[in-house]
Amino acid sequence: MVRFLKRSYVYLVFAFLYMPIAVLMVYSFNDSRSRGVWGGFTLRWYVELFQDRTIMSSLYSTLFIGVTSAIIATIIGTLAAIGIHNSRGIQKKLIMNVTYLPVLNPEIVTAISLMILFVFARVRLGYLTLLLAHITFNIPYVILSVLPKLRQLNKHLYEAALDLGCTQPQALWKVIIPEIMPGIITGLLLAFTLSIDDFVISFFTTGSGINTLSITIYSMARRGINPKINALSTIMFTFVLLLLIIVNVRQAREEKKGRNGKHGSKKQIDSFDARFGGA
Amino acid sequence: MKRFSLFPYVIWMTLFIVVPMFLVLYYAFTIPTETGATWSLENFGRFFEPIYLRVLGRSLRLAVISTVICLILGYPAAMVMAGNAFTRKNVILLLFVVPMWMNFLLRTYAWLTILERNGVINVLLANLSLPRLNILYTEAAVVLGMVYNFLPFMVLPIYSVLSKIDKGVVEAAGDLGANAFRVFTKVVFPLSLPGVVSGVTMVFMPALTTFVISRLLGGGQFTLIGNLIEQQFLVVGDWGFGSAISVVMIVFILLSMAIMSFFEGEEKDVALW
Repeated sequence: MVRFLKRSYVYLVFAFLYMPIAVLMVYSFNDSRSRGVWGGFTLRWYVELFQDRTIMSSLYSTLFIGVTSAIIATIIGTLAAIGIHNSRGIQKKLIMNVTYLPVLNPEIVTAISLMILFVFARVRLGYLTLLLAHITFNIPYVILSVLPKLRQLNKHLYEAALDLGCTQPQALWKVIIPEIMPGIITGLLLAFTLSIDDFVISFFTTGSGINTLSITIYSMARRGINPKINALSTIMFTFVLLLLIIVNVRQAREEKKGRNGKHGSKKQIDSFDARFGGA
Repeated sequence: MKRFSLFPYVIWMTLFIVVPMFLVLYYAFTIPTETGATWSLENFGRFFEPIYLRVLGRSLRLAVISTVICLILGYPAAMVMAGNAFTRKNVILLLFVVPMWMNFLLRTYAWLTILERNGVINVLLANLSLPRLNILYTEAAVVLGMVYNFLPFMVLPIYSVLSKIDKGVVEAAGDLGANAFRVFTKVVFPLSLPGVVSGVTMVFMPALTTFVISRLLGGGQFTLIGNLIEQQFLVVGDWGFGSAISVVMIVFILLSMAIMSFFEGEEKDVALW
């Protein structure tokens, strides 16, 4: 009985969390502009969505910025993680603290500080500034994804590679990088999702005419309800869900290999921690 | 090779994290004059004008209310999830994380559909021939939006701490004669404090600085700190004042970090995935 009550409570919380998303999805198929009324099933909003120039161009910007910033952040972040892993003392502490800064700062503070920088340096706000801003807030998450993998690495692997005749770049490229690959891929996916999800920082660092999906949604939502946004939500939620499933299946497979015996649930918490700065 | 791998990051970090922070400080502590700029605390002084104190008061009040609601709703949920009510904890936890990956704006926007005049709730009420509720564009809607968006931030850290508590300690307390209530107040809750503190900061800070939730669900009638900063930079163009408010926010963050590290003790190893 107590167990039943406990479970019901958690299901109630789930209902609270999922209800709005479910409502959005259901109404994306509703053939009536007024939300309360069910006017029958339609795919009209999806068709209109794909015909909407503003939305499509902001979708393109979002994907472009997301992919580019994730790749660049992954390269810089992975190298940085290797460097941090091998540094000691004050230097390491200092770098780690600065790394946590954008993770812990309120987004709006990071956003305005970057905006001030770009305006101060007379960089025209637009694609370039968006990209630079996204890379900046993505790098810490890549570092936090790669560092644990480096810690699990056998210290002598690198030395062994050198002893067996690798040059230093070869040892890094052929031995270290493949070993920490799962962390790098996690970082890449995390960076991509964060970039797509971001609103606040994009809002302050973009210029006129260049909008990400989030900014377009914001300006549409400010004007009230638009069924096209519902259609868009459904697509985005499905996409994110697929991405999450892929990541989790990968993770489960890796666990099966028995590389690390850590508890799965703990890992999810930690990825959450790293994302939202609760670490 | 390994030594050089830090270079790109250090340069990037300096340019895009450290320099911008100093620029914010510079704008916060100077005021423009005919010849350039001069050091001044005027921007901080303006913060104490009644109109801005009211904004601060409202932000603090709404953030505190949301945090308390999140704690009251979230702690039991975390406790159940950490206990043995569910056999597949991983799935339950994942179900908790999934909504957070949905675009933040869309999650907030979803409530517009539910709360508005002809929205889901009001249609349901009308069908039951009950009077309409005008929730949208009130403070209640803003609080609801905050609770909805930030509840997982409260649950997950608490869950993380609770699931690490040694079961033996809890059993020992029971064996030594404590009833369920006393076990909770004297053992479980004190042990979960680090999670509570980190949950509270993680809900409180974004609730304090949000400008999206208050704009969309409050309809722009409820200026919060976040909206104030936004206006200074995008509407008024008063960077000095905007920066000063931001500096105050950074100080808040540093304070809460200090409190958190006090509760957490030694540094934990951050592991991802």
